Amino acid sequence: MKFSVTVTLKKDVLDPQGKVVENTLVNMGMNNLKSVRQGKYFQIEVDEKDQTTAEAKIKEMCNKLLVNLIIEDFKISKI
Amino acid sequence: MKSSVIVFPGSNCDRDIAVALEKLQFKNQMVWHKETRLPKSDLIVLPGGFSYGDYLRSGAIAGKSLIIDEVIKSANSGCLVLGICNGFQILTETGLLKGTLLRNKNLKFINKDVHIKVINNNTRFSNKYKKNQVLKINIAHNEGNYFTDSKHLEELNKDNLIAFKYTDEKGNINNESNPNGSLKNIAGILNAKKNILGMMPHPERMIDEMISNKDGINLFSSLLN
Repeated sequence: MKFSVTVTLKKDVLDPQGKVVENTLVNMGMNNLKSVRQGKYFQIEVDEKDQTTAEAKIKEMCNKLLVNLIIEDFKISKI
Repeated sequence: MKSSVIVFPGSNCDRDIAVALEKLQFKNQMVWHKETRLPKSDLIVLPGGFSYGDYLRSGAIAGKSLIIDEVIKSANSGCLVLGICNGFQILTETGLLKGTLLRNKNLKFINKDVHIKVINNNTRFSNKYKKNQVLKINIAHNEGNYFTDSKHLEELNKDNLIAFKYTDEKGNINNESNPNGSLKNIAGILNAKKNILGMMPHPERMIDEMISNKDGINLFSSLLN
């Protein structure tokens, strides 16, 4: 079973990399740009048949290693 | 006094810190991260560098290495723990120190000598310094921008857990003297029991007039006190 995990900085945490990308896109003439936030993306495959169990496992991975819960949020989706 | 310096793949200040410790007659041992037993130590040092190439987040992988369980156990039973630079990042990743170190506000790797002020000199790590003494110490990092929630910040202030703050030469704490955007100019913090210190500046680089200055040496002699 395969999952995607998207890790993003929390709303109130400053994202200087995203800001620089945003400014560059504006400089390139991209219209109607509102904002850019940069994050991380993981694809994780687990050997598990039950989706609830698998998701719980992925969640544990997020909490213990993949995500710094002080500054980041995450979203798990099945792919 | 017995010390152990933990070495990770990518550590690069491990030998500098060993030189500093040995200069002050510590009986020092280097401990590879794959070890599962820690030699008897009064002080554990997590050195600077780029453990695991800063993969995932600075200090994240080192924070889950085999030896870390032993470090956490010793720290919880009162052993002194010092994390410098990447070592500070590792300490926050293990949860031994609260908060986290974000990318420098100006997005640049900063390597320069900056001034810091001794905010709390009543600790095992700083008792040889005077309160509010200004030191000139080198920093070299990309993620040194300390951040924590307001509740913990309150705790840091109330319990006097801020060890060092970035200042200018004269000891003024303001935005201009903040090199990396750290919350309240914080350069180093202690845990509630004050047996763990994490700091971004490198005191081990300031132990010899020949190459820099001696502003860092009292941190190590404080530990012997």
